[in-house]
Amino acid sequence: MTSMPMVRRGRGRLVLRNTAVGWSFLLPNFAGFAVLTLVPVALLFYYAFTSWNVFGGAEWTGLDNFRQLVHDHSFRTALTNTVYYTVFHIPLTLVAALGLALLLNRKLRGVAFFRTVAFFPYITSIVALAQVWNMLFSPSYGPINQFLRAIGIAHPPGWTTSADWSMPAVILVGTWREAGYYMLLFLAGLQTIPTQLYEAAKVDGANAWQRLLAVTLPGLRPTTFFVVVMLTIGSFKVFDLILVMTAGGPGQSTLVVSQYIYQKGFIENQFGYASAISIVLFAICFVITVVQFLINRRGSEA
Amino acid sequence: MTTLLHPPSLEIPLEPARPPRRSRTKRLLGYAALIVAAAAILLPFYWMLMSSLKANNDVYTIPVRWLPDPVVWKNYVDIWHKSDMTTWLKNTLVLSVAVTFLQVVTGSFAAYGFAKVRFPGRNVLFLAYIGTIAVPWQSYMIPQFILFSKLHLSDTLWSIVALQAFGAFGVFLMKQFYETIPDELLDAARIDGMSEYGIWRRIMLPLSVPAIASLSLLTFVTTWNDYLGPLIYLRSHSLWTVQIGLKTFVNSYNAEYSLIMTGSVLSVLPIAVIFLLGQRYFVEGIATTGLKG
Repeated sequence: MTSMPMVRRGRGRLVLRNTAVGWSFLLPNFAGFAVLTLVPVALLFYYAFTSWNVFGGAEWTGLDNFRQLVHDHSFRTALTNTVYYTVFHIPLTLVAALGLALLLNRKLRGVAFFRTVAFFPYITSIVALAQVWNMLFSPSYGPINQFLRAIGIAHPPGWTTSADWSMPAVILVGTWREAGYYMLLFLAGLQTIPTQLYEAAKVDGANAWQRLLAVTLPGLRPTTFFVVVMLTIGSFKVFDLILVMTAGGPGQSTLVVSQYIYQKGFIENQFGYASAISIVLFAICFVITVVQFLINRRGSEA
Repeated sequence: MTTLLHPPSLEIPLEPARPPRRSRTKRLLGYAALIVAAAAILLPFYWMLMSSLKANNDVYTIPVRWLPDPVVWKNYVDIWHKSDMTTWLKNTLVLSVAVTFLQVVTGSFAAYGFAKVRFPGRNVLFLAYIGTIAVPWQSYMIPQFILFSKLHLSDTLWSIVALQAFGAFGVFLMKQFYETIPDELLDAARIDGMSEYGIWRRIMLPLSVPAIASLSLLTFVTTWNDYLGPLIYLRSHSLWTVQIGLKTFVNSYNAEYSLIMTGSVLSVLPIAVIFLLGQRYFVEGIATTGLKG
């Protein structure tokens, strides 16, 4: 208990006073936060059960939106594409970030410079990056395909102009952009592993690979867990990268759930239906986070 | 947890010196990997900068020309005439500064309440804050837009301020830092008769300069780079930020490759400068908030 000047009349008054003081500190931020975040989240669960477009207000329609959703082919495509992005983006980024962190954790010259470099894509605006990458990916004259031709691939992919290769292109850029951020988290996690563990493993005759498996990876467990949760949520809500790089195309080959919400809500003005899709996105992220927490807890008990 | 007061050296050697020959090969391999990775990360930035200084016809060539010849500085003059770059940069700067200021003030104020004042319901409330960090904004942008429209905020710069300034992130980062400041220090001030607000103002704020620096830089960069908020809320051209402006410029001048790259460089440049000056605070801010999540 922080010892406020004690009033004899007892704890009740002190608690009351602390509550008043505490709330007065929270209020400026909390008022904004409640009105601008909590209220919209609550409203979402109402709008999703209404038909609401530009004409007229919200009209309660029960589960109609969700029934429509089940038969919506575009929604199914968006969901499949989002899962596609997630399934590749998470492991790729995880491996790249961990690899970079292990590399930087060694005593080499220039490590500090490299740390700066690796983090830079993450804080660079996605609009500028998308333009550069689209130019690099340009099918006939872009440097990437020139390089591929030079190493003997006669017909390199069309990247963002091809329905089959646009998603891999987006995944590649997403990984390139975010690896440096998660690398920083892994670097911080590596500092928490006691050096003695490595020395003990060495005394026991473990080679570098065995030390990685037996000391480093288990020691990074909490960090890895956090990174996987962040990556999962980040992948499911992926939006601006796709919007500026491919706008969901060609066709619907890179249409993702967030973009579909945007399209239904802000382009077609179907607020009720867009809210229903939002709930699905919300639920997916919620369920996955909870499941990951449960798995993590069971894993750390074992 | 990593504290901001005593940042860990990120280069603790994991392995003591080894027999020279093997370690030399390993070092060489390490450097080779570093160079390859650095090249892969930097190449797109190099391409951006180089193309911004080329004549438009020289951007795509076979084989790739890695140096602009001739160097066309004129691109950096033309961009101001062909686009509203001045307006965009001004709006973005105003927004970034306003949001950063509000986020730091309200965030650190609330963080003090969460970290140093005890009252019933505090921990539950904090969990609610943190919980919303995991809720994707994309899932409530529709009701938020409707709400903002009813409050007559949409299509004003205020909408972006409201959108970014009261985030839970700032509260979280500052609270992590405040918890590393010993309670005894505050108790001493209380005995001297200082009020809680005085403690926040005179003791906590001066002590938390590194944390404030981290939060300011991260907030500034996030607001500067935000594309979706302005896309949804700012319809009038006079309100556009640099991201939205650049994207529209790309759409209307889609064959002016070198000018597009010039605009991109200009939109990234302020962030690059800020990042190079304050990179230590970026790294510490990320490490503090990342670890305890």
